[in-house]
Amino acid sequence: MKGGTSRRGVWLAWAVQAALVLAVAAGAVWVVHHALEVLRARGVRSGFDFLTEPAGFSISEGWLHFDASQPFWRAFLAGLINTVRAAVPAAIFSVVLGTLIGIGRLAPHVLLRGICTAYVELLRNVPLLVQLLMLAFAMANLLPDPTEPVHLLPGVWLSKGGLSVPWPVAAEGGWWPTHFEWPERGDFGVSGGAALSPEYVTIVAGLTFYSAAFVAEIVRAGILSVPQGQVLAGQALGLSSGQQLRIVILPQALRVIVPSLTNQLLSLTKNSSLAVAVGYPELVSVANTTIGSNGRAFECIAIIMAVYLLLSLLISFGMNRYNARVALRGWR
Amino acid sequence: MRNAAQGPIAWRSELWGSPLRALATVLLLALLGWGGFHVVEWGIVHAVFRPDAEACRAVQHGACWGVVAEKWRPMLFGRFTYEEQWRPAIAVVVLSAVTVLSAWPRSWRWWLAPLWLVALLLFVLLMRGGVLGLSGVPTSRWGGLPLTIGLAVVGLALAFPLALLLALGRRSGWPVVRTLSASYIELVRGVPLISVLFMASFLLPLLWPAGWQPDVLVRVLAGLTLFVAAYLAEIIRGGLQAVPRGQTEVAMALGFGRWPVQRDIVLPQALRLVVPALTNSVVGTLKDTSLVTVVGLFELTGALGLALGGDPTWRPFYLEGYLFIAAVYWVLCFGLSRYSVWLEKRLSAAS
Repeated sequence: MKGGTSRRGVWLAWAVQAALVLAVAAGAVWVVHHALEVLRARGVRSGFDFLTEPAGFSISEGWLHFDASQPFWRAFLAGLINTVRAAVPAAIFSVVLGTLIGIGRLAPHVLLRGICTAYVELLRNVPLLVQLLMLAFAMANLLPDPTEPVHLLPGVWLSKGGLSVPWPVAAEGGWWPTHFEWPERGDFGVSGGAALSPEYVTIVAGLTFYSAAFVAEIVRAGILSVPQGQVLAGQALGLSSGQQLRIVILPQALRVIVPSLTNQLLSLTKNSSLAVAVGYPELVSVANTTIGSNGRAFECIAIIMAVYLLLSLLISFGMNRYNARVALRGWR
Repeated sequence: MRNAAQGPIAWRSELWGSPLRALATVLLLALLGWGGFHVVEWGIVHAVFRPDAEACRAVQHGACWGVVAEKWRPMLFGRFTYEEQWRPAIAVVVLSAVTVLSAWPRSWRWWLAPLWLVALLLFVLLMRGGVLGLSGVPTSRWGGLPLTIGLAVVGLALAFPLALLLALGRRSGWPVVRTLSASYIELVRGVPLISVLFMASFLLPLLWPAGWQPDVLVRVLAGLTLFVAAYLAEIIRGGLQAVPRGQTEVAMALGFGRWPVQRDIVLPQALRLVVPALTNSVVGTLKDTSLVTVVGLFELTGALGLALGGDPTWRPFYLEGYLFIAAVYWVLCFGLSRYSVWLEKRLSAAS
């Protein structure tokens, strides 16, 4: 693998590498220059100056209010916040659900094992997009109208209009949440609590169910990696099976689980871009609308890519820090 | 936890061994019975199997499999000319036959590569036509299952050599090559496939000479290939790392050159090690092809929208349509993942 050791070999290696750098740089310059030429010839303006112009479309939901008179950069920000708003709950739910299913796949109970195995094999062998579209169709067509919602759990209502759940609210003039507001059913549907749109429910639920199947496999592999002797030692010490799992198995399994889980969280975040197909206004959806309205494809795709790269870096960084904590001391 | 022994006798103690287990058994049986009852009632007892829209609308709590009976051809073959749909059907059979043949380790011989070339040529010939008395069908009319399988197979075939170069490049002793390969791999793996597909469909046209529009299928294939190559490269790199350094040193000591060592000694072992991981990547790619529907190609997922979206009579029965294509994907992907498990066992037994 090493380059040549003779003086001539060294020079040759550097010459080839210099040529490679030049070729890549020249290629990149040509691509950008040529694309700009074509755009100019077609009368399309280019550059990121459009970001300060009014967007002309509004975004119906999210934590950041956005209407048509506000500039494009704020639309992208609202889209990014919506991406995070979908990906973070989906990540938390999928880790919880996936861990339960992964443990269930190893449980000493044939029915439980069977159900968990069926879940994993069903969910991970069908494309996420198909599952999302199916969920979106079910949300829009098979649920009852908002005036006749289904009462799932105390305080949880589901209908074509979306999902209503209890939500912490602050008292008058206060800032810190003090109590839960419970949704209540009225004549015109459910009011109060947090009203989650059908698109939001679709993307969070779809991402959760799909990723949980992969998390389950990761957890299962992690548990199986703990030597059998550890379990026997735990039994010999008189630990209950719950204690064995909590004190002996999971801490050791985490060393195997965390790196794969990092990959899974990265892919969950990237998969949240599929929300564009079910009408949830996240980053890709905002970019898509923007391309439709002003044709700045290059700029918008560059923004998408840059933001996802940044998110990926952040997740890798955070998970690597966590990994360093669970890894064996003295090992790398 | 892991003492879950096999066999009916072990099952009996698992199911009824203690009061807690018995309780869990009863609860789970009740759940399964309740769910199973509803599924059977909806999917079989009350379902309509005839392609009869009137009967479908009349039924209250039953599936309308009639939509599959009526629309299976546009679902599976998209907008391909109706009378000529035997062509994509044969094309799918050809690709599947060669895939199944190459799945068998005994056929991993020199003739596999030319066989694939012939199969791919046959696929394109059947789909495209225009020669041998076959009428020409533009790629814009290709769709459904042949497109799903074709995109996955051709995308993987084109990505593989690129991935090999990237993996070797990332382990190269030349810092420039190493940096370029690593940056490419990390860049592509850090962004969603959809943005790569957007780039391919919006930006590639800008690079072509004026007046010559590259086919949308070609653009999407280029995007898919560039994307998949980065993932395959990391898998191959894992295999390369697992081949002991001693192998290289011994071969060099025996007088092998640098490239022959890679080609004849390191790569065959590395690839053998990562075959199961590569199979998993094939499953992922097959599922990922569903995304091309977002940039306007009508593969299996897009063909369903095409078949039902434009037809108000059958539009209410989308769910059954989704279940049908989900079943098609499931059979393909589950088959591949079972194969991966089988292969892993076989390869580890052989070494």
